Amino acid sequence: MRPLTEEETKTMFEKLSKYIGENIKLLVDRPDGTYCFRLHKDRVYYMSEKILKLATNISRDKLVSVGTCFGKFTKTSKFRLHITALDFLAPYAKFKVWVKPGTEQSFLYGNHVLKSGLGRITENTEQYQGVVVYSMADVPLGFGVAAKSTQECRRVDPMSIVVFHQADVGEFIRNEDTLT
Amino acid sequence: MAECNVDELLAKAQQDEAEKLRSITVHKELDLEFDVGNLLAIDNNRIETRDFKGQNKEEFLRSLARDNTQLLINEIWKLPTERVEEVIVAKLPEPTTLLPREKRPPKAKPATKWEQFAKLKGIQKKKKTNLVWDENRVAKNELNRLRNIARSQKGKVPGVGLTPTAQQSKDDLGRAVTVAKTSTASMGRFQDRLPKEKPAKNMGKKRKFEPLIGDFSNERQKQLELLKVLGNKTPKLDITKAVNKQMREEDREEAAAKYRKGAGKKGRKGNNMSGKGKGKGGKGKGVKGKGGKPGGGGGGGGGGKKRSKAGKH
Repeated sequence: MRPLTEEETKTMFEKLSKYIGENIKLLVDRPDGTYCFRLHKDRVYYMSEKILKLATNISRDKLVSVGTCFGKFTKTSKFRLHITALDFLAPYAKFKVWVKPGTEQSFLYGNHVLKSGLGRITENTEQYQGVVVYSMADVPLGFGVAAKSTQECRRVDPMSIVVFHQADVGEFIRNEDTLT
Repeated sequence: MAECNVDELLAKAQQDEAEKLRSITVHKELDLEFDVGNLLAIDNNRIETRDFKGQNKEEFLRSLARDNTQLLINEIWKLPTERVEEVIVAKLPEPTTLLPREKRPPKAKPATKWEQFAKLKGIQKKKKTNLVWDENRVAKNELNRLRNIARSQKGKVPGVGLTPTAQQSKDDLGRAVTVAKTSTASMGRFQDRLPKEKPAKNMGKKRKFEPLIGDFSNERQKQLELLKVLGNKTPKLDITKAVNKQMREEDREEAAAKYRKGAGKKGRKGNNMSGKGKGKGGKGKGVKGKGGKPGGGGGGGGGGKKRSKAGKH
């Protein structure tokens, strides 16, 4: 486990800012204690200082996970967001997409969201903007990327993709063995 | 009488002794050949054909066999003996006579196709080795040995620098260049660089990470600063956003124009025109549909459009 280098921090913040914009500040600077990002086996974990200090008792090879995994760095040093970060990102999400109850399941199986399944979408969403996908009952379901801007969404035919699937809570079951 | 008796007894005793000796010692013209390991004795003496063909042939053979067996036993007695469980046992030497093997020798394996071909072409198997004798290796090993000693003594280990090699590879030359460049009084700080010269790879600088538990407030401060920089970087004018805005504006104007047009005619048509918006928006349109007031319809149209977006929100 080690702190992120400046470059890594930048890469990660750039990815996070696609979903929560400048709200990252609220993750870094929290009133309820010191929280930090730590890198362990290419994965970034977000944890409180207290948990971090406890985790130092565990040797590196034995440590599986600590705090909340936000994502991982690929071999090409890009940052991939994991679904485990949803709990922290959903409250600060700037752009949201609500899917209809019928499409909910399809999305949770890892499919993109089609226009026909789109319930609501935040106004002014741009193309390729990171969005958090909600069910109509306001339960966060996962991450996506807007395939079309809000404006375009209005015109496209019902079978075209409007949100690209990035991660969904179904992964907790599908990728149970790799998620940490 | 008594004297005679004594003489007789003596003579008899002598005879008995001779008889006993005779039973052990056998006189032969030629010595026998022995192979005690196989319990084998070979008698090379001539046999009198007269004896053999005579009446007492069986007698002759039996005595011959007995004598020769005696000689073999004598030979065995010469070996070192020991007593194992009340039995005297002699240790036999290794047999010297070679006995033929029970089974015939194995046949040669038929040659494989490759072996046949190799024989035809006269190809012989050559041992390949990639090892090349290196003159410098001994010196290098010695140097490493000394360095190890120095390290174990916790002394100061001198840098190896560049050891001479027989043939310098591209890497070696590159390293030599970088070493030469930094070998100035100012550690190469003021050294000019060639145009298009790439910075040296894997020279010096090691990766260094912040401590795991260090200054948390400093870490946070750094991250906040980084965020500030990231925030500044985003362009003020986003083209897609601007285009979208423009498109929206046009939509609105168009819609407004339509409603204004509809206001001039009968209300019905204007309402039909806005049907599309109605279908999309769902909510809020009912008011307009009911009202049917041309002026209000126009105003509601604009609002309706807006609200339809809000509905999508």
